[in-house]
Amino acid sequence: MKIFSYRNSMNSNRKWALFAAYGCLILFVIFFLFPPYYMLITSLKSNKEIAEITSNPWLIKQGLTLDHYKYLFNETPFLTFFKNTIIVTIAVVVISMVISVLAAYSLSRLKFWGSGVLATGIFLTYLVPDTLLFIPLFKIVGWLGLLNSYWVLVLVYPTLSVPFCTWLMIGYFSSIPKEIDEAALIDGANHMQMLLKVFIPVAMPGLIAATIFAFTVSWAGFLYPLAFIYSESEMVLTVGTVTTLIKGDVFHWGGLMAGALLAAAPPVIVYAFLMDYYIAGLTSGATKG
Amino acid sequence: MAEVNIKSLHKVFDRTEAVRGIDLSIKDNEFVILVGPSGCGKSTVLRMIAGLEEVTKGEIYIGNNLVNDIPPKDRDIAMVFQSYALYPHMTVFENMSFGLRLRKFTKEDIKKRVEEAAKVLGISELLKRRPRQLSGGQRQRVAMGRAIVRNPKVFLFDEPLSNLDAKMRGQMRIEIKRVHQHLKTTTIYVTHDQVEAMTLADRVVVMKDGKIEQIGTPDEIYNFPKTGFVAGFIGSPAMNFIPSTVKKSNNGLTIHVNDKISFPIDKNKEIDIKSFIGKDVLLGIRPEHINEKNNKQAIKCDIKIDLVEPLGMETMVYFSINGVQLCGRVSPDDNLRDGTIIPLYFSKNSFHIIDPLTDKVL
Repeated sequence: MKIFSYRNSMNSNRKWALFAAYGCLILFVIFFLFPPYYMLITSLKSNKEIAEITSNPWLIKQGLTLDHYKYLFNETPFLTFFKNTIIVTIAVVVISMVISVLAAYSLSRLKFWGSGVLATGIFLTYLVPDTLLFIPLFKIVGWLGLLNSYWVLVLVYPTLSVPFCTWLMIGYFSSIPKEIDEAALIDGANHMQMLLKVFIPVAMPGLIAATIFAFTVSWAGFLYPLAFIYSESEMVLTVGTVTTLIKGDVFHWGGLMAGALLAAAPPVIVYAFLMDYYIAGLTSGATKG
Repeated sequence: MAEVNIKSLHKVFDRTEAVRGIDLSIKDNEFVILVGPSGCGKSTVLRMIAGLEEVTKGEIYIGNNLVNDIPPKDRDIAMVFQSYALYPHMTVFENMSFGLRLRKFTKEDIKKRVEEAAKVLGISELLKRRPRQLSGGQRQRVAMGRAIVRNPKVFLFDEPLSNLDAKMRGQMRIEIKRVHQHLKTTTIYVTHDQVEAMTLADRVVVMKDGKIEQIGTPDEIYNFPKTGFVAGFIGSPAMNFIPSTVKKSNNGLTIHVNDKISFPIDKNKEIDIKSFIGKDVLLGIRPEHINEKNNKQAIKCDIKIDLVEPLGMETMVYFSINGVQLCGRVSPDDNLRDGTIIPLYFSKNSFHIIDPLTDKVL
């Protein structure tokens, strides 16, 4: 009888925990899906409905329209921004990952003079905010003759992404037991083979986390493109959308929302795809076959 | 297949000397075990043979080659680690074949070798699994498989059984012995477990503080330890050490334990002990040489038992002499109780008399 009541209390406990969990999650989802929902709704409304003070901002009452999207594609260089952003992001992710994986491997595994100080130094550079750096960087890229070209972003974004990615990968690599490299060494692997065939596959979840970070830095960066680029043909999505759709004090809300929504889509797709991979990496072989 | 020769090997880590002059020659096909307490430098010696640690001073030869400056992959050795060190993202087959793939063996050859090794180790069914899906014993077999497939000159084992439970350890011990009998590869094996040392080795190397205390067959190490350390380290339960004094009596020399107990010394041993007359020594005697069996070589003492520990096939009795707790090993049939006084026989042939100053067995 006693055991029975105990089990009952366990069950009701569990029930409450579930209620609380679902309640919190639902609130969380509403809170975070509200902006994209608002963006979607507004981008599909006519200018007239957006401007009306009496209309309900959560619903579309006067009919759907794709005018803002048409405007975006036909009247603004939105596709150029998109293309520029993709080029910059791919280049930044590739450069960041190559540098940070190599750096992390050498800092976590090849003990050399000053490696400890260097690792700490890399972490410290990450602590310097980019708002402090853009003025000196402006001087540097100006001197290099890269101002007003999206290639400047390919040069400066890694200064933000590499330290963090390196630091993250050092953590992942350090968690790989030393015996594994020793086994690989005896099996006949050189450092490059060890990195490619053992370290990278084993640290895949970390690699993906770092890739997501570098991707986000590059895709969502605003300050550097704002500071370094002023021709429409060289602009990226974040700054380009804003500068072409805000003319003086006129905000083209419908277009802004449509642009923002389209600009936010690739990260969502990339995250969703990599998340699956990430979880697969974490749990592969965890269950008994 | 190769000999391994080590000449005055030293290793210094940041001013601490981990290995302090090791000389050792290991014959072809021999199974040698380095044993000693933790921190005695045995693993460091093994790692230097593997090429995972640099040699501070001295020479290591595998076959006829001086390997001091040769990287691990070119030494033609294979190593089995305590933590197995399997590649977690590879299947058992991939784990075992990794070294062969790096050495550009043909696919057919790799398949043949891996399957053969898997058969020897009884893991043919597991080739498609990943390390996470294996038990400790199975992982250990895979680690051995990875060593076997390359058919190296020397196998190195670094405490391979320490992570296993007692039962599995017993099984794997037999397995390792079987594999060695089958492959006959020179093997160097490090352990702190003296049971492994005694059961597996052709020769045992007992180490302490970075030096070799004694090298010998398990039998020699057990029956004729050269130092008090070796005597105490090998054997379970450990050898008893009774503080006593050498005295001269009418019948020759005796070992005087206390007023009630003293043991005569054999005439042939007297020469070694003569210089110790009047001095303190340690009398070492193994528990199995203190028992209930009355024979000509045994000396009877009536002893009050403090504690009886029946183990089934034998019974351990604990008692104290001169305030030192001692252990005897008697037959389980005697139905002993704590606190009773029984006659125990000390086999005087099995005495080890140790100089407490030099730790040498006299």
